Amino acid sequence: MKFSVLVYAAPTSSEAANSALQFTRSLLDEGHEIYRLFFFSDGVHNANRLSVTAQDEINLPNEWHKLIKNYELDSVVCVSSAIKRGVINSQEAERYELDASTLYDSSEIAGLGQLVDAALQSDRLVQFG
Amino acid sequence: MTMSEAAKSFTFISRSPPYGSNRPQLCLDAALATAVFEQEVNYLFLDDGVFQLMRNQQGDAIQAKTLGNAIETLDLYGIDNVLVDADSLRRRDLAAEDLLLEAKVVSEDEVRELLARSDFVVNL
Repeated sequence: MKFSVLVYAAPTSSEAANSALQFTRSLLDEGHEIYRLFFFSDGVHNANRLSVTAQDEINLPNEWHKLIKNYELDSVVCVSSAIKRGVINSQEAERYELDASTLYDSSEIAGLGQLVDAALQSDRLVQFG
Repeated sequence: MTMSEAAKSFTFISRSPPYGSNRPQLCLDAALATAVFEQEVNYLFLDDGVFQLMRNQQGDAIQAKTLGNAIETLDLYGIDNVLVDADSLRRRDLAAEDLLLEAKVVSEDEVRELLARSDFVVNL
């Protein structure tokens, strides 16, 4: 089955983002297809490459990044959510004259149209947050 | 995006109070984006979400946008199936006449039926 996963939750303040990660892993293990990961609202923090966690804690953004890279998943952060939270790539940094880029290169920045497209192209859209 | 496919049915359940979190705005943004793609959009106010329909909201008192103003324009953006859960109103001592727009008041059974026939349900 073809799935898309929508994540509203930040990586550190609730269990939801980790549940989303485990769910996505399970789908892949079971042989399902992931059409797209879409990070919305506080969920965009899951794509922040500057996150540092204590050694005995899971670094969720880094886990997402590795999973996305390994399986070459399509991963999108919502542009309005992302720029508001300082989760930006080098193009956005240049556009807004900011001195850093913070987004993992495994995710792209795009609009909500990509969420609608994900719903239309997938058999299931599952939300976490 | 392929637009030749038949429209699908999306139901957005807005169940959070109008102020205090960004969830009502997220729900609205996602629904408006979906309506742009000419899909069937149902918008259901449930639980504390019915407080979003109160008249005379003044978001500027807390430096927030007045959410009620945006909700009043739902039909302008192609979202005309606006529903409100009867039980959620009753538990909060609200009546359809108290609301800032004309919404279809639906029973629990009607909500269940709506969800069953929706292709996608977004819950915020």
